[in-house]
Amino acid sequence: MSWLQKLLPPKIKRAEGVRRSMPEGLWSKCPVCEAVLYTTDLENNQNVCPKCGHHLRLRARVRLDLLLDPEGRFEIGAEVVPLDPLKFKDSKRYIDRLAAANADTGEADAMVVLQGAIKTVQVVVACFEFEFLGGSMGSVVGERFVRGVKAAIEQQIPFICITASGGARMQEGLFSLMQMAKTTAAVSLLAQHKLPFISILTDPTMGGVSASFAFVGDVVIAEPGALIGFAGPRVIEQTVREKLPEGFQRAEFLLEKGAIDMIVDRRELRDRVASLLTLLQRVPAV
Amino acid sequence: MKPTFLEFEQPIAELDAKIEQLRFVQDDSAVDISDEISRLEVKSQSLTKDIYAKLTSWQSALVARHPQRPYTLDYVDLIFSDYQELHGDRSFSDDQAIVGGLARFNGQSCLVIGHQKGRDTKEKIHRNFGMPRPEGYRKALRLMRLAEKFQIPVFTFIDTPGAYPGIGAEERGQSEAIGRNLFEMAELKVPIIATVIGEGGSGGALAIATADIVSMLQYSTYSVISPEGCASILWKSADNAGDAAEAMGITATRLKSLGLIDKIIAEPLGGAHRDHRAVAANVKKSLQDGLKSLIGLSPAELVERRMDRLMSYGKFKEIEIH
Repeated sequence: MSWLQKLLPPKIKRAEGVRRSMPEGLWSKCPVCEAVLYTTDLENNQNVCPKCGHHLRLRARVRLDLLLDPEGRFEIGAEVVPLDPLKFKDSKRYIDRLAAANADTGEADAMVVLQGAIKTVQVVVACFEFEFLGGSMGSVVGERFVRGVKAAIEQQIPFICITASGGARMQEGLFSLMQMAKTTAAVSLLAQHKLPFISILTDPTMGGVSASFAFVGDVVIAEPGALIGFAGPRVIEQTVREKLPEGFQRAEFLLEKGAIDMIVDRRELRDRVASLLTLLQRVPAV
Repeated sequence: MKPTFLEFEQPIAELDAKIEQLRFVQDDSAVDISDEISRLEVKSQSLTKDIYAKLTSWQSALVARHPQRPYTLDYVDLIFSDYQELHGDRSFSDDQAIVGGLARFNGQSCLVIGHQKGRDTKEKIHRNFGMPRPEGYRKALRLMRLAEKFQIPVFTFIDTPGAYPGIGAEERGQSEAIGRNLFEMAELKVPIIATVIGEGGSGGALAIATADIVSMLQYSTYSVISPEGCASILWKSADNAGDAAEAMGITATRLKSLGLIDKIIAEPLGGAHRDHRAVAANVKKSLQDGLKSLIGLSPAELVERRMDRLMSYGKFKEIEIH
């Protein structure tokens, strides 16, 4: 108990209980500039800190909601749900982890695919859900991705993937490694049909997701400050035993090294993507 | 060459040391102990058979990493002729962890690509312990394009702990290099036959293993992450590598039963390092059979078949959505 509390009469002390019952999450703190923000303001700003412009993570469905027109959306691949082919168990069973992630997020796996439009330009968008087991790529992510690509090919419309993933899903062993080959092969089909594939990399895009389809997009976009790379910074530090350069594996670093086409502020993403798609498809601007 | 014994092979090592001792004694002894020697030799054989019959996944991983195990260039020597190594990615450097070149297989032109590890410390460093940098994948892709242009089949040999986690590798687009190979290999218009000869380590392995036929040597491993890496993430300690190896299913037998690889190539008793020639003969036979099964396919059929294979990877269930 602090000296102030000791000084206060009992009546005022009780008022503390009222404060505790305040709804949680009313206030948020920006992890970069540490500004205390009214959560509603932050949400209204697409989870971009209004003070410093830091891009906080977004849930898959919120992101899709912000990117797509409200009309004419429908989901692809929701019928595909996970199995535990290896009966994998570490400190917890994989099926229990899946169930817990499902309860936490309301998603059956780490990817949501929607068909819809961006400023009336028809698209299929696949989006990783980082909150579901770190957005890791297993069989369901791979299959939903492929079904999204196939829908895009069937309708001759562009495909977009928004990544937010720690990499392959270890609990599915080699099945998860093979999703790298599977998803990237699907993207090669898009190329054969001359359909645009736009890859949007958000924080974080690592490991097997980074090293498969993420960088073979016709246009590769990253969000400001996103961590993007193959090996994790800690692994690299341990291997090379030297301090990593400032800003290593951040979007700005990748742009400087020539790995990505552009960094786009989330609040401009809809306009920029619509513009790119119409340019690539040689149709009038929207 | 005297075999190096792994820890779990110590009973065999002790027995072999005893045999060696007796042989030495026999040289200047009047008493004939050759019966005793051959009796012990039989015992050593059956002991090896017993130990190898119940190898754990982790022990398999140790055999796959055995310092005397044949590497890509050993197979090149024993299986191919007229090997002409081709170097460089044409934009930055020549990665020594991936080798490749033109060669003849049973007299026919082919292209060989493989990870290469080193034997002694100096060569290990030179080969970066078989861990490629982006230039390695780019060299491999350049060579595969060359093979496609001249309609030459591609044989790849997989033996890497994984892609090199270095600063330069990231700066020069490690992710892009691996992804690009997966993308291009999906539609390469010549046969690709991949053989895992040692460690199939993650993305660094897959980058040259997207193929029409994937075979594994009996005691090789293939995994999404090293057992140590998996253990340190999920078990919070690399000491649980054995548990991780078991859980992930990294052995040829397990992966064959899961339908993730096509064929297991038998190794001599006690592992490939015991007899390079014997294992090379088995690998040669496997490549021969594989090539024969693909040679009749047109480029379009080949690519379609490969695409179907790639699309079939994964285990999930489908439910009805209301």
